[in-house]
Amino acid sequence: MAPKIMKQGVWAPVMYLLPALIIMSIFVVFPMVNTVRLSFLDSKGQFSAATTCLEGQPCWGAFENYRYALTNPEMTTALKNNALWLLLMVPATVIMGLLIALLADKVKYEPIAKSLIFMPVAISFIGAGIIWRFIYSIQSGEGEQIGLINAILVAIGKEPVAWMSSPAVNNYALMVVGVWLWAGFCMTILSAALKSVPAEVLEAARVDGANEFQVFFRIMLPIVMPTVVVVTTTMVINVLKIFDIVFVMTGGNFGTEVIANRMFKLIVTDTGRSMAIAVLLVALTIPVMIFNVSRFRQQERSR
Amino acid sequence: MKPFAKLNKFLKKLPVHLAVILMCLMWVLPTLGLFVTSFRSREDVRTTGWWTVFSGSETQEELAGFDEYSTYCAPCHADDGQGVEGIDLFGGNVLAEYPRGNRLYLYLKEPLDGEPHVKDPPLPETPKEALDIVNPVHSYMAEPKESETFFGQFSANNYLDALVGYKGTKTYAEDCSSEEASALTKFSCNLADDLANPEGMGRAFINTLLVTIPATILPIIIAAFAAYAFAWLDFPGRQWLFALLVGLQIIPLQMTLIPISRIYARLGMQDTFLGIWLFHTGFGLPYAIYLMRNFLGSLPKEVFESAYIDGADHWKAFWKIALPLAMPAIASLGIFQFIWVWNDFLVAKIFLATKPVLTVQITNLIDPRGQNWHLLTGAAFLSFIIPMIVFFAFQKFFVRGMLAGSVKG
Repeated sequence: MAPKIMKQGVWAPVMYLLPALIIMSIFVVFPMVNTVRLSFLDSKGQFSAATTCLEGQPCWGAFENYRYALTNPEMTTALKNNALWLLLMVPATVIMGLLIALLADKVKYEPIAKSLIFMPVAISFIGAGIIWRFIYSIQSGEGEQIGLINAILVAIGKEPVAWMSSPAVNNYALMVVGVWLWAGFCMTILSAALKSVPAEVLEAARVDGANEFQVFFRIMLPIVMPTVVVVTTTMVINVLKIFDIVFVMTGGNFGTEVIANRMFKLIVTDTGRSMAIAVLLVALTIPVMIFNVSRFRQQERSR
Repeated sequence: MKPFAKLNKFLKKLPVHLAVILMCLMWVLPTLGLFVTSFRSREDVRTTGWWTVFSGSETQEELAGFDEYSTYCAPCHADDGQGVEGIDLFGGNVLAEYPRGNRLYLYLKEPLDGEPHVKDPPLPETPKEALDIVNPVHSYMAEPKESETFFGQFSANNYLDALVGYKGTKTYAEDCSSEEASALTKFSCNLADDLANPEGMGRAFINTLLVTIPATILPIIIAAFAAYAFAWLDFPGRQWLFALLVGLQIIPLQMTLIPISRIYARLGMQDTFLGIWLFHTGFGLPYAIYLMRNFLGSLPKEVFESAYIDGADHWKAFWKIALPLAMPAIASLGIFQFIWVWNDFLVAKIFLATKPVLTVQITNLIDPRGQNWHLLTGAAFLSFIIPMIVFFAFQKFFVRGMLAGSVKG
């Protein structure tokens, strides 16, 4: 609470808040409202989306762009892929981050090890995309494989794989890039939480004969659970909005489309559909957002 | 007994050490590969994996064109290229006179002393088949015949090419040093001029700096004011407004691109630095206000009270007390925002298309056939240098900023 004895005019709070409020109204609030409006209009943003309906085709009236966003085959692929990312990549990243945090905690060179694994956070998705395109690259024909993974495959007598264009593997190959990028983020936050577990508690459990697995699952995990939840929700939001990796590595081709990339592709050619996809994206993040705000309220109450 | 105890302890921990080191290797290897590749020549990158640099240079028999040379040329010119009196095939004179394979081919078609130049065995009749032999021989003649040293296989040419935006098949330096070739390129070969090439990474580097620095400072200043009001001023709806701002953090950037670009188009702010600074400010603010308010709110109330008793007003308290004390938070925030804006692609792609920043320029360099890895690896590493320095120098602040906050973007 602000100290009551400090004198303040009626206008002081306004002056301090005004620049922030103006900029945020123009750049966040107004566009949000406008995006919703555009999502009900046609590709040029002039007439109602209902006018884009075709004779004899299913039509959702003003919600026509949402019909596209939910039923178009390319969009259903994108939705499926985002779900796949959520289901596989988020747990993989969080578990990987937790595992590294636990292991690194036991060695003396922990800071170096953690820096190295955290480093991908500092580079751009575009740069990371280049790094991994190179690793996954395939040489067709006679030439020697210059991509690390295919070179290893050839060395052990297997056929090289077109990691980016083969629909059986490409989504998983992209997720590996995601894990590489974000595991360091999860590790850093989880590591801080693990360090806050009182050493005496762990020591007492070990003296009582608990093995390392029991110590982890019975004592550490319950204590750091709130942090695991925070990291997971953050990753859920990151993955819902996943764009750059897919854009630079496959361009969303070969069945790797995701929601945000679809939105980006339509941004010039069809604003109505593009904005409907954007609204869909926000609608998907709203549950997570409500969760985050309520968590914030809880924190405020306990302050 | 002591040494055994130590050994025992080490052995017990061995699996942990192995696991940690293995993970570190897995995480570093991709970037290391990119780094090594960025110093290798175009030809090397195209033909061999980057890990081969550690296994020594290739022998003569492995060089492209060796078989063709031994079959068609070696009978007269010998293996060392000096079999004919006064002519040294590997000395460079032949290459200078016939800089391309097809020119060498035309020369070889001309009779020598009334007889075909190549007669035992003769070159194939069709030009295409003959060129398939002459071209490898030509490149074989260009290969240095003495074995290379380890460091001899590396050069900074890719970086120079990326900086000036040279997309040809040789290198910028090579093209500019040969007289006739310089007429073919669109470069002036004056380095200062060429670095300004809008298609090069050099120019993109400057653009990125011009975007990033104001887009880092602006939101921090504005957020500091707002955070001070939220922490130390009393006004109706304070909690409510603050919760709203925190909630706005979750709005994805994608939601706002089109409406903003429409406003910009109307105001003539499309493709201006001002436009992108303001956009990044708008999106940096929610998180910045959140972090700053939490930090300022945790400062002891007594500091402000005693300042007030000494006659300071809010304006003074803000500048003289709150800001200096908030330096750690400002550092965290600054580094966070700096790296975020530096690495941004989507916003720059849409609002600053004609003045590409590093990330956008890299995507412009991508060759879908994968023929310019040498250039891309150099370009990517150029874009890493600054964020990596910032990251390793200020990692502590970066981590602190991350721990304090939640989601960005």
